[in-house]
Amino acid sequence: MKQLFQTTPVPMKRRQFLKATAAATGGLVIGFTLPGGNKMAAAQAAPAPNTTPNAFLRIARDGSVTVQVKHLEFGQGVMTSLPMLVAEELDCDWSKVRAELAPAAPQFAHTMFGMQMTGGSSSVANSWTQMRTVGAAARTMLVSAAASKWKVDAARCRTENGVVIGPTGQKEGYGTLADAANALPVPTSIKLKDAKDFKIIGKPTRRIDAPAKIDGSAKFGLDVTDKLVPNLHTAVVLHPPIFGARVKRFDASKVNGLPGVTHVIQTANGVAVVAKSFWAAKTGRDLLVVEWDLEPGSKANTADLKKSYRELAQKPGVVAKPGNVDALKAAAKTVTAEFEVPFLAHAPMEPLNCTVSVKPDSCEIWVGSQFQTVDQGAAAKIVGLKPEQVKLNTMIAGGGFGRRANPTSDYVIEAVEIAKAAKVPVKTVWTREDDIKGGYYRPMYVHRVNAGVDGAGKIVGWDHTIVGQSIISGTAFEPMMVKGGIDATSVEGVTDTPYDIPNMQTSLHTTQTGVPVLWWRSVGHTHTAFVMETMMDDLAKAAGKDPVAFRRDHLGKHPRIANVLTMAAEKSGWGSALPLGVARGVAVHESFGTICAQVAEVSLENGKIKVRRVVAAIDCGLAVNPLTISAQVESAIAFGLSAALYGQVTLKDGVVEQSNFHDYPVLRIADMPKIEVHIVASGAPPSGVGEPGTPPIAPAVSNALFALTGKRLRELPFKV
Amino acid sequence: MIRFTVNGERLETDVAADTPLLWFLRDNLQMTGTKYGCGMALCGACTVHINGEPARACSTPLSAIAGKRVTTIESIGSTPIGKQVQAAWLSEDVVQCGYCQSGQIMSATALLAKIKNPTDTQIDDAMAGNICRCGTYNRVRSAIKVAASGATAKPAAPSKSSAAKAKA
Repeated sequence: MKQLFQTTPVPMKRRQFLKATAAATGGLVIGFTLPGGNKMAAAQAAPAPNTTPNAFLRIARDGSVTVQVKHLEFGQGVMTSLPMLVAEELDCDWSKVRAELAPAAPQFAHTMFGMQMTGGSSSVANSWTQMRTVGAAARTMLVSAAASKWKVDAARCRTENGVVIGPTGQKEGYGTLADAANALPVPTSIKLKDAKDFKIIGKPTRRIDAPAKIDGSAKFGLDVTDKLVPNLHTAVVLHPPIFGARVKRFDASKVNGLPGVTHVIQTANGVAVVAKSFWAAKTGRDLLVVEWDLEPGSKANTADLKKSYRELAQKPGVVAKPGNVDALKAAAKTVTAEFEVPFLAHAPMEPLNCTVSVKPDSCEIWVGSQFQTVDQGAAAKIVGLKPEQVKLNTMIAGGGFGRRANPTSDYVIEAVEIAKAAKVPVKTVWTREDDIKGGYYRPMYVHRVNAGVDGAGKIVGWDHTIVGQSIISGTAFEPMMVKGGIDATSVEGVTDTPYDIPNMQTSLHTTQTGVPVLWWRSVGHTHTAFVMETMMDDLAKAAGKDPVAFRRDHLGKHPRIANVLTMAAEKSGWGSALPLGVARGVAVHESFGTICAQVAEVSLENGKIKVRRVVAAIDCGLAVNPLTISAQVESAIAFGLSAALYGQVTLKDGVVEQSNFHDYPVLRIADMPKIEVHIVASGAPPSGVGEPGTPPIAPAVSNALFALTGKRLRELPFKV
Repeated sequence: MIRFTVNGERLETDVAADTPLLWFLRDNLQMTGTKYGCGMALCGACTVHINGEPARACSTPLSAIAGKRVTTIESIGSTPIGKQVQAAWLSEDVVQCGYCQSGQIMSATALLAKIKNPTDTQIDDAMAGNICRCGTYNRVRSAIKVAASGATAKPAAPSKSSAAKAKA
């Protein structure tokens, strides 16, 4: 999403944003005021009352260090990586570091996007300077407190592992210095460490949140109970059978009076059954009779969409990037190909849910949201309050992959509507069927490419047409991210290709289907990398070149990308012999500022594709937590493989044909390839790792299958 | 009245007999460690042990557990194998979002209770019903092997394999 949110980065002026806050329980608390340029956050929410200090850092009298993490933890490891940034500069004892997820508050806005959100693989990148500054400011204040106590020059004190050490060996822990430090002014000049002095950053560090996730004690959004929210009810909603249909009338006579059922409520997008337990609500929903007005609904048929998209692809659309495609006439060889990718559901393991308690002058929400600011604002509108009167508590989420970052706040609004009408606290629970059938899919796309090489094996022209829905159009982000009829997410990864391609034209047909769409782990790169990297393989073949060498020949201006490609090729033993029936394929792609190359080894077993091994190389700038980087690349590959091998949502007369993991299969343990992750040593500022491992896997597998069988697969999921 | 035990505690309930064990645990007992993922025994997030055997709580009605012993993630650490599995899960840094891990650990513990040193194929078979959308499968596999080997985790440093993989 980095490319989408091309808003001006908000510069962090330390003098403006750091402040020490009074701590109710003593200790040192480092909070933030709003940076002056942060207009978006300022407009949407004023500072919340100081009940929970909206602080990034609290050092308690017992020496424990608590970092409030402004991003959603949904697997990517921010509850570890962000505290690592603070702890590095704080010089504290890592074993005393705790992490909490921050509630919605302007202070926690993304430093580049100006609102509190998690996406675009940007959590570490946008926190890199900010979180280290927090740690360094606190350290400076603790040193000052110790120096004035000992009546020595602060410059002659040092810190180590949570202790200030004075010039003559005086020692005092941070905990007992915290109160005195909190009374001091926040330093206006902060010098951050040199990378060569890092002790925590760069060290493989196990996750802080793991212990609570192995004994059932971690509380996800779905785990909100009466203990946290007294008198909590559960709501299950019957959504329309086709997108856009409306409730005409409903009959709840079989539902009313069921044990545990308390309310049946019509919402903007269905009918909710509210009960004292999930099972009662679900049982009630099964007995609900709703008459739908299907007229305004989408009657989309996948078969028809395929046909119409392929027809559209035959002629250019709105030009996203102009080029002289006549140059292709001079090509020695050309390749013309069409590609197709389906709608995809995110299917996070934790189904969507949202808990809401509405009172006359306040509203409180518990939700695993990637879009706190947007969701807080949307909730405020429903209840007629100001955003700052809505307290949004961020719960850890069981995956999300983009689904919890919805510009329309669909699942949050629905929960607020129900809680408001029911006049009791309500937790909405989506069943897996609601999730798979619920829309907000990765859009379906068709690409058509005509490209050619000259006699020397250099690309001479590339004519690329993309057909599919816009994720952004019709949302509040449209003015920012759709320019001249081009949604950047539809073409990212093509128009900004690093390959040296003269005479390249990209055009886009933006379609309407009535099927709601959304970003899905790596957004546009999910399909553009598949097309680009498959085409590069076909062109290498046409040019009679090795696929790695051919790519390198076209990466002259991008040595960093060429380097990652080379690393993956070397580590995989590219060019060496493989057992009979096994072949390799390669792909490299940059997304979210990170480059990832993958070599996949593939065979066919009983007619099924078996991905045996994947060797990945990644350049994500400075590696903050190598354990997380490896884990995220493994994860991104698994996610991309689920889509490449199995994933598709199809529609018949508007009805989604899939409903659960039996007909929307995802990768299981026996399908998981061996994965090696190699991290390029780099001193560049860190970039993202959550998404960039996903785009290369489908083309790497496609290219391996081509090497194996000579048959080119250009539709996902693969059918052999 | 249906009588059974949950984590050693005797219970009797008049909750409707067709209520799935999962929702009884989560809503009635407010024990939320056992997760809902699919409701059709397809994903394994709700795996518990019934009389020591792994079972999907989402598809097990209360009527089916009368007189039986239910063990959940909340107490699996009090068994020697469960404790070993949890330690291995930490040393291999398995979890990501963590939502499926209760079920993964319950399945892994049941496997190791039956087969002390499972082969890859035995691991695949025993863990086939547990979906992880974060793709932690390789670490699940290595953690099961670490737990099987009895090489208790040393939480201070990553294991050799993880460290080697992560080496810049």
